[in-house]
Amino acid sequence: MPSKAAANTSQRMGERPSLSLRAAATFGLLFLNLPLAFILLYAFSTDDRSFTFPPPGLTLKWFAVAWERDDIWQALWLSVRVAMMGTAIALVLGTLAAAAMFRFRFFGKESVTLLILLPIALPGIVTGISLRSAFGVADIPFSYWTIVLGHATFCIVVVYNNVIARLRRSSPALVEASMDLGANSFQTFRHVVLPNIATALLAGGMLAFALSFDEVIVTTFTAGQQQTIPIWILGQLLRPRERPVTNVVAVFVILVTMLPILCAYWLTRDTHDASGSGK
Amino acid sequence: MSLEAAPPAPLTRLSSFLYLRPRLVLTLLLVPPLLWLGIVYLGSLFSLLAQSFFYVDDFSGLTVYEPTLRTYGELFTDANLTIILRTVMMAAAVTIVCGVIAFPLAYYMARYAGTKSKAIFYLAVMLPLWSNYLVRVYAWKLILAKEGAISWIFDQLHLGWLLDGVLSIPVIGGPSLSASYIGTAIVFIYIWLPYMILPVEAALERVPRSLLEASADLGAKPRATLRKVIFPLAIPGIAAGSIFTFSLTLGDYIIPNLVGSSRPFIGQVVYGLQGTAGNLPLAAAFAMVPVLVMAGYLTVAKRFGAFDAL
Repeated sequence: MPSKAAANTSQRMGERPSLSLRAAATFGLLFLNLPLAFILLYAFSTDDRSFTFPPPGLTLKWFAVAWERDDIWQALWLSVRVAMMGTAIALVLGTLAAAAMFRFRFFGKESVTLLILLPIALPGIVTGISLRSAFGVADIPFSYWTIVLGHATFCIVVVYNNVIARLRRSSPALVEASMDLGANSFQTFRHVVLPNIATALLAGGMLAFALSFDEVIVTTFTAGQQQTIPIWILGQLLRPRERPVTNVVAVFVILVTMLPILCAYWLTRDTHDASGSGK
Repeated sequence: MSLEAAPPAPLTRLSSFLYLRPRLVLTLLLVPPLLWLGIVYLGSLFSLLAQSFFYVDDFSGLTVYEPTLRTYGELFTDANLTIILRTVMMAAAVTIVCGVIAFPLAYYMARYAGTKSKAIFYLAVMLPLWSNYLVRVYAWKLILAKEGAISWIFDQLHLGWLLDGVLSIPVIGGPSLSASYIGTAIVFIYIWLPYMILPVEAALERVPRSLLEASADLGAKPRATLRKVIFPLAIPGIAAGSIFTFSLTLGDYIIPNLVGSSRPFIGQVVYGLQGTAGNLPLAAAFAMVPVLVMAGYLTVAKRFGAFDAL
């Protein structure tokens, strides 16, 4: 009921929120956002052994140390390659699925929706161990492609959600007009549909990229000995060495994922429920 | 016949050909994604399911490929039941606390935030959700550590005794916050909280203002309106959010591995069994526990209207 929702926001109640409600809401917001500030703070800490608060001193040294580390660059490069390939596959498959589901009614449509959503609805560990056991059965050795296989699978839904939300909002009259004016379906797709869904594709792609760049649970099962950036961080958390370097990488990872997400938010801000929901 | 138009371009002919055959178009569109999801994803799920019906021979340590239920039987040993129960209890506790923290925030967003501040609220809820999971867990490791920020705050307030008192409670306590169930729960709550806020907010936003006015006109105090009108209407949203918080807690193995005591959760057992222990059948059977629990949970949640609120 979007109209009611909109009315609800615009005509607010005359009364003010009670103090306890405001306190509880503020607490919730701080609880959600304050912890990330600690990572930022500790990236500058001079203390490299413990988590002493407040840090005894601040330094920029760890950024230089991180820059010199080959293992970080390798993990980063693998993450970028996996995320790009996973996103590309998800863009193609997610868009095809969205087009089919938007345009047609057919037997078993609900099951197809469930199938698209399932990789994200089931806990990551189930997806991860399933893929792992399938690789075992099919005798597939771990490689770049085994990671991509897992990532593309759960990225499809993000693209699908964005594209189908946009298709539902766009007017069918545009397509009809284009056909009436003599364009064939390919021309209509190229000049009418594609420009219409372009920002949704971009947003879906960015969210898929961010999701893949951050994924750790499925990756631990499909990576073998290879290290993506989250796997590298996990290794550091289990066997710490030079803790502040981990903090520097963490700050960097936050920036890399937040920027595409902010862009995606901005691109889809008028499509209320379009940006992919849930990991 | 000289007036006849030039024959249409090949693409146009193909376009007309396809236009008359919607079934073919549907097939062409749907086959690639279905092939991928069907082979890669469903195929894997079935191979996992199949594994759970094999067993590992105790003496040789090799997997015996004969269909049997004995691996499922192993789930019912005391040790394994304790692990399952511990995980389910944690998931329930995390879900309840998430609901308690999310409700006022979602309520404020839905009722009092203007268009602009609502956008800021959305971002403030979405950004932690989308920023790296490991990094967020790591942030709490810093905060909860023995010498970390929370201990420091308690010391500054001269309340160190209170923290020590809480940590000395058996079972949920431990040597430090980052080595206790309390710590594990805090991190779970933090990580999954946005999944609860968003559906609750969506449900609250749908409550028509006229209902609140009617309630007030009929003499209900704000507190009564909250309890008898707003809260019942938010239940589908809470049920929807609880699906995420519950399911994600059931399956996670990294948070209890990094923050908490050494007593394992389902996810950690699954990970250990398929890796070092090399007992894939038991790992598979264990992985079916969250799937089954969630199947049951979804059935109940559906009754509370969770699917309408998603």
